[in-house]
Amino acid sequence: MLYDVLIDPFVQMFALPDFFLQVLWEGFVSGVLYALIALGFVLIYKSSRIFNFAQGIMVVFSALTLVGLHSMGVPAIAAVPLTLLVMYLLAMSIERVVLRPLVNQPDIILFMATIGITLFLIGFGQLVFGGDNKVMITEQLGIPTGAFELEPFGGFVLIEQKDLTAVTLAILLVVGLLVFLNKTKMGRAIRALGDDHQAALSVGISLSTIWVLVWFIAGVIALVTGVVWGARAGVSFALEVIAYKALPVLMLGGLESVSGAIVGGIAIGILEKIFEIYWGQPFLGGNTETWFPFIFALLVLLFRPQGLFGERIIERI
Amino acid sequence: MNVHAAPEEARDDATGTILSVNNIEVIYDHVILVLKGVSLTVPKGGIVALLGANGAGKTTTLKAVSNLLGAERGEVTKGKILFKGNEVQALSPNELVKRGCIQVMEGRHCFGHLSIEENLLTGAYTRKDGQSAIKSDLEMVYEYFPRLRERRQSQAGYTSGGEQQMCAIGRALMSRPTMILLDEPSMGLAPQLVEEIFEIVRKLNQNEGVSFLLAEQNTNVALKYATYGYILESGRIVLDGDAKTLRENEDVKEFYLGTGGEGRRSFRNVKHYKRRKRWLA
Repeated sequence: MLYDVLIDPFVQMFALPDFFLQVLWEGFVSGVLYALIALGFVLIYKSSRIFNFAQGIMVVFSALTLVGLHSMGVPAIAAVPLTLLVMYLLAMSIERVVLRPLVNQPDIILFMATIGITLFLIGFGQLVFGGDNKVMITEQLGIPTGAFELEPFGGFVLIEQKDLTAVTLAILLVVGLLVFLNKTKMGRAIRALGDDHQAALSVGISLSTIWVLVWFIAGVIALVTGVVWGARAGVSFALEVIAYKALPVLMLGGLESVSGAIVGGIAIGILEKIFEIYWGQPFLGGNTETWFPFIFALLVLLFRPQGLFGERIIERI
Repeated sequence: MNVHAAPEEARDDATGTILSVNNIEVIYDHVILVLKGVSLTVPKGGIVALLGANGAGKTTTLKAVSNLLGAERGEVTKGKILFKGNEVQALSPNELVKRGCIQVMEGRHCFGHLSIEENLLTGAYTRKDGQSAIKSDLEMVYEYFPRLRERRQSQAGYTSGGEQQMCAIGRALMSRPTMILLDEPSMGLAPQLVEEIFEIVRKLNQNEGVSFLLAEQNTNVALKYATYGYILESGRIVLDGDAKTLRENEDVKEFYLGTGGEGRRSFRNVKHYKRRKRWLA
């Protein structure tokens, strides 16, 4: 029994390396998506100390808007910029209607407000686009749907082009975001705001501009996530649930670290897949992906409360 | 020199005054009255010191001018603040910085995870005059603070207190201000460093024409570099005058400089504001 649990899975990994690679790849793809969602959380948390509960529903809402616009007859090529416009308007109204009146309120009130935003978006989305499941307009957007077959170690690994596109898009987005945060004036202002609110105000950084910007970026991230995840699983309100997978990612990566979100997301994606295939299915009846990340995050928290990559609190003595 | 019970009339001189605060009252959280009618003026190109003990209202006065009060649930409920002749109490800090009035907060408040250079660059956030102008101002700041040039790549959170204070002043300079509200620059610094910082303040004042309103507890140093001083006590200005006059004033000597007085005197002989200070002397 002990042998089965502790040794045998690793023996299998080595016995069938091509299958192991396939598992890794699948895990990596979902991990990249978790990382994207977590990034949305991190950006908003860093710049406004708000834990944005609505990030998940923003994924659904943006995907729904894209598909909905297309079904209303807007060509795919125009639907994307239109959806971006909708996300921008959303960011602006959230800043105007929710954040600005609540500025200086305790964190918990702002957190509750984001739950309010979540409920509003669910209702509004259903009202406008209906509550039924939809199919992502994958082909219309020019996302290839074929698959590559690689043959390492004499076996074979199947790589879907959809997944490859997802990973490429995610990497581009992350690199773009990192350059933006580190090299531009606005990016610097966002990081400054995350460090010291008062000081940021004192040098003339305007809160409302930054907030609209940050929520819009979160909207863009949501749209990319929505498109690639929608392409794999269809567009429905159930998609919101994957956003909760970002929570263990955040615990692992720390709430304020961009690199933490990326590494944490990929780590969770890969680990949950490996656990599912080599331990979950043989011993626990499968479907462990729903809870494994949370247990894992819990264990991490026991030993490192700030997460694996949480920004070190600089303390001068 | 005059000691006032009632707030003084605004000496509104459109040409010679850069900042005038007229009889302002500040309330925090709708209930806590912190400033009870404070008036002061800063002449163009002057260094004015705002002195007083902890909790006297120095910081609140500065924040009322720079309008950072809003972020702390405070508001100016009475009185007027004029900067360059225009009323500014309704403007956002962002707008004030654009007009040339910037605050350097007490306790430095550098952006800890940003490098020194990035910190300085955030100071130029409101500027629209292009990269090359900002670059040359960055050079100017490094001229004034050679130490910052050495540490330009270090995370500000890991630099020393003096370097952080320099960083905060340098950051404010990057906005090309005409007036800097400097809050307690000497806090937590070694006396030698305090002198160094104040020397730079004087240089900035002379070379760049920046006016300063500085809040200080270190009365000695402040009066050495300032041209004029106001003394605040529980939200009121109790004394004002030229720095030289204040330095020689017996009461100031005794209560703020800790030098005056021959032996113990009776409490009965001292005026109200002095009595409240006695235990601090």
